Amino acid sequence: MNDWLKVAMPKGRIYKQASTLFREAGLLVPEDEDQSRKLIIDIPEVKMQFIMAKPVDVPTYVEYGAADIGIVGKDVLLEEKRDVYELLDLGIARCRMSVIGLPDWKPLTNPRVATKYPNVASQYFRERGQQVEVIKLNGSIELAPLIGLADRIVDMVETGKTLQENGLIELEEMFGITSRLIANRVSYRMKNEAIQQLCDRLQVHRNVQVKG
Amino acid sequence: MTKPKMFEKPSGVRDYLPEMVQKLRYMEQQTLHCMSRWGYAQLITPTMEFYDTVGTASSTSDHKLFKLLNQRGTTMVLRSDLTAPIARVVSSLLVDEPLPIRLSYHANVFRSMEEEAGREAEFYQTGAELIGDSSAEADAEVIALSIACLQSIGVEAFQVAIGHHSFLHALFEHLLPGDVEVQQYLKQCLLQRDVVGYREHIQTLSIEAERIEKLETVLRLRGKRDVIEQARQLVPTEPAAHSALHHLEQLWSVLESYGVDSHLMLDLTMVGDFTYYTGTIFEGYAADLGSPVMSGGRYDNLLQQFGRPAPATGFAIKTTRMLDMIELQAENENVPILVQYDDNHRSEAIAEATRLRNEGACVITRRIVREEQLAEVDQQNLEALHWNGRRLKRVLTFADCIVS
Repeated sequence: MNDWLKVAMPKGRIYKQASTLFREAGLLVPEDEDQSRKLIIDIPEVKMQFIMAKPVDVPTYVEYGAADIGIVGKDVLLEEKRDVYELLDLGIARCRMSVIGLPDWKPLTNPRVATKYPNVASQYFRERGQQVEVIKLNGSIELAPLIGLADRIVDMVETGKTLQENGLIELEEMFGITSRLIANRVSYRMKNEAIQQLCDRLQVHRNVQVKG
Repeated sequence: MTKPKMFEKPSGVRDYLPEMVQKLRYMEQQTLHCMSRWGYAQLITPTMEFYDTVGTASSTSDHKLFKLLNQRGTTMVLRSDLTAPIARVVSSLLVDEPLPIRLSYHANVFRSMEEEAGREAEFYQTGAELIGDSSAEADAEVIALSIACLQSIGVEAFQVAIGHHSFLHALFEHLLPGDVEVQQYLKQCLLQRDVVGYREHIQTLSIEAERIEKLETVLRLRGKRDVIEQARQLVPTEPAAHSALHHLEQLWSVLESYGVDSHLMLDLTMVGDFTYYTGTIFEGYAADLGSPVMSGGRYDNLLQQFGRPAPATGFAIKTTRMLDMIELQAENENVPILVQYDDNHRSEAIAEATRLRNEGACVITRRIVREEQLAEVDQQNLEALHWNGRRLKRVLTFADCIVS
């Protein structure tokens, strides 16, 4: 099993899109997440072992070499700042990171921003010469401006539907987000051939998609 | 911060228990012996240095240095590597020593806020520096030596990636002449291993498609010797790039003579983590370890900061990182002989223990008073002889009741 690739796969939303991409590129991996709740899945056909991880933990597994490669959103990479190779933009799970607030938002003297991404938010406002107090929340970020915890939030927007339903608007679009293929520093060398092959296959497939 | 609990120690530092120390010493001895067989003499420098000398010369960024104040208020640093202290010694105490100078070291180094996996604040490095030789031969020597060192401690599956600082610089200058900002940005992408960011950025540049394609091809300059030829075709008319490639070609040939080329790969996209690197850079990786075990490169401008301009090259092995993967051979393990005696046989038992110790054996002694205590070890299962949880080679008993 030494020549197998250990792949940290994100559980949930991204898994399905990632597995579809793999399958379209000719790598027969399970389409859906294993219902048996198995966390480690061997796929001998493609010499891979999937490690089913919480998306935010994927870069950690890869940095420490517990997984050779992984699939993870750019949002997590920016927030976690792990020392890994970012090899390929997979073009899946496309969405954007935005600053969000109520339609009548006006600049405040002591602004407060709630987010799941404190590092990303701090850096963004600092680069624009604004000092804001960043409050870390773990979910239902949209609540914060509605109940007066913060005047704005920084969060991922996919369709914008949740925002609409809660009467919020995107004040600024920060940057686009897609999922990336990442690799451990040592695996990138020791298993260079296998990783490069996978990369090429996925990339060729992506280019066909983009052009088509 | 809350007051630490009594068992706690600062994060990033570790204790080494006897079994680990044994491995650590074994690795230290093997690598230092190996280096000494190549003519490298060991040096010891102080743990503390001045911030203004070694501190600023070292490649460790400022916020990662451990700083302290001495009684006069002068800022001191705990050494973050040995390359800068050795440059200081070579330029001062060894200033009359003719070049080239070959030195080796084994020492603990300190870095706060390390961002790499493991986040060690103190760890051991074993390394070598070859000062006063700018040839490809010298670069090849330290790379071959680093490989010999890894092999001497039983690391079999490993790879060494080699790059060149000036090649990348010359190539960017050729494809993006004068555009320092973009060059810096692209180098930063490569340094941070952000291949996606690099690709995205070159697509936004308003230059001919051919150049963009060449910048894209740079990412492919990884592999064996033939990479050098591919690189040459990428920049047919850039003398600086060609001299870097020529250097790498010579280097590769010398390493072929050493017979180590199966462990090598070229990676011309590699950007040295250290700011003082000027030429060849390299990094070693061992299977099953998440981060590099060895790194090195050429630093031709460091010594002039200490007043003795000289080219230099060297490497450091991150010894502590390999602790978990090293298996000690049985003969290197110190399995003791137990000599036990009652009061009537103390002298002859101790004489025997002394004799065995002089022969080089490891002996522990034990006074026994009653027969029950004998029974603890006298289950004569010689395959797995244990006492107090410790494996024994033999048991010698000097007592009235039982003769072994």
